[in-house]
Amino acid sequence: MTNTAYETIIGLEVHVQLQTETKLFCRCSTSFGAAPNTQTCPVCIGLPGSLPVMNRHAYALGLKTAVALNCTIPEFTKWDRKQYFYPDLPKGYQISQFDLPMSEHGWLEISDPKGEFATKKVGITRAHLEDDAGKSMHDERAGKSDSRIDLNRTGTPLLEIVSDPDLRSPAEARAFLSELKLLLTYLGVSDCNMQEGSLRVDANINLHIPLDDRTAATPIVEIKNMNSFRAVERALQYEANRQFDAWQSNPVELGKPGGHKTTRGWDDQAQITRIQRQKEESSDYRYFPDPDLLPVTTTAAEVAAVRGQLGALPAALRVTLIEKYKIDEYDAHVLVNQGQPLVDYFEALAAACGDGKRASNWVQQDVLRLLNETETTIEQFPVSAAALGELLKAIVAGEVDNTRAKDVLQEMLDTNASAADAMAQLGIEKVDSSDLESLCRELLDANPAVVADLKQGKMKAVGALIGQAKKKNPNVNPGQIKSLCIELVQQLPS
Amino acid sequence: MSLLDASATQLLQQLAAAEITAVEVTQAYLDQITRHDATVRSFLSVPADEALAQAAAVDARRGRGERLGPLAGLPVAVKDNLCTTGWATSCGSRMLENFRSPYDATVIARLKAADAVLIGKTNLDEFAMGGSTENSAFFPTTNPWDASRTPGGSSGGSAACVAASMAPLSIGSDTGGSIRQPAGFCGVTGLKPTYGRVSRYGLVAFASSLDQVGPLARTAEDAALLLQTIAGHDPLDSTSAPVDLPDYVGTVREPLAGLRLGLVREHFGPGLDDEVEQAVRQAIREFESLGATVTEISLPHSQYAIATYYVIAPSEASSNLARYDGVHYGYRTDETEMLAELAAEKKQLQAAGDQAGLDDLDTPLMRLYRRSRSEAFGSEVKRRIMLGAYALSAGYKDAYYVKALKVRRLIRGDYDAAFQDVDLIVGPTAPTAAFGLGDMVDDPLAMYLQDLYTVSANLAGIAGMSIPCGMTAGGLPIGLHLQAPPFAEDRLLRAGHMFQQATDWHTRRPELTTASPSGTSQKQLP
Repeated sequence: MTNTAYETIIGLEVHVQLQTETKLFCRCSTSFGAAPNTQTCPVCIGLPGSLPVMNRHAYALGLKTAVALNCTIPEFTKWDRKQYFYPDLPKGYQISQFDLPMSEHGWLEISDPKGEFATKKVGITRAHLEDDAGKSMHDERAGKSDSRIDLNRTGTPLLEIVSDPDLRSPAEARAFLSELKLLLTYLGVSDCNMQEGSLRVDANINLHIPLDDRTAATPIVEIKNMNSFRAVERALQYEANRQFDAWQSNPVELGKPGGHKTTRGWDDQAQITRIQRQKEESSDYRYFPDPDLLPVTTTAAEVAAVRGQLGALPAALRVTLIEKYKIDEYDAHVLVNQGQPLVDYFEALAAACGDGKRASNWVQQDVLRLLNETETTIEQFPVSAAALGELLKAIVAGEVDNTRAKDVLQEMLDTNASAADAMAQLGIEKVDSSDLESLCRELLDANPAVVADLKQGKMKAVGALIGQAKKKNPNVNPGQIKSLCIELVQQLPS
Repeated sequence: MSLLDASATQLLQQLAAAEITAVEVTQAYLDQITRHDATVRSFLSVPADEALAQAAAVDARRGRGERLGPLAGLPVAVKDNLCTTGWATSCGSRMLENFRSPYDATVIARLKAADAVLIGKTNLDEFAMGGSTENSAFFPTTNPWDASRTPGGSSGGSAACVAASMAPLSIGSDTGGSIRQPAGFCGVTGLKPTYGRVSRYGLVAFASSLDQVGPLARTAEDAALLLQTIAGHDPLDSTSAPVDLPDYVGTVREPLAGLRLGLVREHFGPGLDDEVEQAVRQAIREFESLGATVTEISLPHSQYAIATYYVIAPSEASSNLARYDGVHYGYRTDETEMLAELAAEKKQLQAAGDQAGLDDLDTPLMRLYRRSRSEAFGSEVKRRIMLGAYALSAGYKDAYYVKALKVRRLIRGDYDAAFQDVDLIVGPTAPTAAFGLGDMVDDPLAMYLQDLYTVSANLAGIAGMSIPCGMTAGGLPIGLHLQAPPFAEDRLLRAGHMFQQATDWHTRRPELTTASPSGTSQKQLP
């Protein structure tokens, strides 16, 4: 991914819809998918005389997220009006935060268990609250020039999270977004549904190209219209290549003539970015403090209380799992990235069977596979961690082998049985040691060639006996058959 | 005493005693409107049938012995920038000429809950921007004392209708003096409450950090009555102060012992009319004879108040009026005409081979905004939008808007210091008595100076009141301006009542010319 010819500089702007019942400055519902313009009131559609009143819950969710992003929380923050004309912005301004945001100077750590990039802390420039605009739907069929406006979304609380330009590759950018989404999910502040627009990403990218005596920077491009993390990664990769090609054919530098910031849109079908807007200078939004709203103050004690109630967050949780259950970093990533409920299940399972590594393998290989197959979530999974723990204990005790245990789990799923009952239903029972010994003697007697091989130290030959043993009695433990047969052969006179 | 001469307080007593009915009172005021509003033109709409129906409902409930609200049966006129369901809320603008609010302003809701009879919506300078009511898009209101003069503004309709006995009480709004200056010009009592005392929810915003709704009445006692109903914390307005509401009605008759008045040195300088100064000084002597002491004080930053105000108010206005864009409600330009205009311009540019011109040509949306706003806003509104947009724009914001905020804090500081030593500040409401219609329409800066003594109270967020204190030789009322610390409206009202007990300026009524009985010239809003 790293191109030695240049360094890629990426910063992200993420808009997250906070999961509140009601809008940021009125009491309209924020639920998605209602008939257009049915979730509106005089306040959110900006009727004359209406006034905003801050939703304290939205503020609390923003604060929680900012604290989890390790941001500094100033004691005093205020609301500003960001002014521009657009039909889906009925007040003619967005209520946002300009020079005194509710949080700034945080960081989020990203890492890659596959080692594609080194673990790093990505700076968070700021995270601030604002109200969302409505939706414009343009009918662009031939001969039509209708635009329709749905103001249901108008006033939905958004947290805008701006990263420092610390990301050095599209893969890092994607990892940042994944880790951020995971964090937001653990915090329960957003459903992060990109399709429904609850999480929107804009990216800024340019290249630092080493020259003989200095480093040249290409003009910054802001990329919009990316509807998945994959699209973000691809758009950034495309844009890095495009900027490098552009540089080689015509080296224009940032800030030099023709080197101003531009906006490009990602075309997912064509897999290219297209120019949207030539920004000669930043738009003048004429920000000023919203006189309809009071500033918000937050004390250090309040911040400490929020911090104390955050619960286990992904990065810390991975470390805990690695240390407590002796699993490796990769496994910790897989488990934690599935979300808190799966981690809870894993921890309960590990506690029940006393073997973290085995619990981790079972969750990853079997539980996740079954969840996938049945398209359910861990909360809906009918086999509790305690019940599965009983099965894993039976494996540890040698009552059932790993392969058959998978059949047992399926039986438990199908019949809601306990591990013991499912094993009984499948006719699995512990084979008595004297029965085991007589079975082994019988097999050795019937297979002199194998006995001869074993005497010569060709231990692999025992495999043939295991297959025969399982045919005679499916409950036998292959490991026990193997060790007992070898033991019996060694006792034979040579 | 006729129903038209009685004070609101007296009318309430007679209504409560069932000596008169709400319908009789309402009809008397409607008749007065019919007789005189063709000349005064204080109302934009008078829904007479609805008013009478409200009055009849109050009478019926009284007849059944039901519990009634504190203003039961009393007609109240309301400035047409307060959202009122059922009626138009035009703000004196073409932009909202046909706008009907789906909700009631909190002040309107409280008046309704108090069983007041809403008798009409009064004329105002467009979006409350002006000092003469001449900026109304529909017609100017005239001064009941002299029809060739303005009633002041922007609450000119609300002041004139009380002066002309067309309503016993009215509601105005005051952003830089818009209740007090017209009250002074019309010889009535007008109070601008402390910022945050009365809910702004449903008051169509001009300058949000300065706007405040308040009562106009014949007497301080009547103003107390109306303020009692409309004031108090409102959870729908974040800037509404969560402070207790005093009993204005119960305390207004109590004289203030040992009242310390502050006389602002800077308010008796150049620009102040001699007759006004004499009347104000005489009024101050009157207070002294009632036991008050007077000290000269200084508000050193008051000289910057007008400049500060005309940066902050337009800045906020430019933002507040952005929503009137022709897209969602209100006036929209003729779209067919607009598209034809654009097509013609495009053709012309193409013929001339002017690529730069073509690149700069408006999109249809941009042209819709441009034409709708150009056509529906009056020149004063446009002037203030442009002033405000300029003052907030990148590169100028620090020199204008941010600096104005700093001066604003200094102005408040002056008041805080002054109120350490005095209970009330006293002076003229306006530099002159009512000026002639058309005198200042071509000189906006001269018009802005009308606010010289009143804007500081809005910038500082304190309370102020104008009461009648004299007449010019030409027979025009003169207003006395009293200012009080934040939330000391009760002090203003008691001082006003004290003064009105000792003087009779507030009892003077203009001689109204009677219009031909052929009907009213009320603008019929759809």
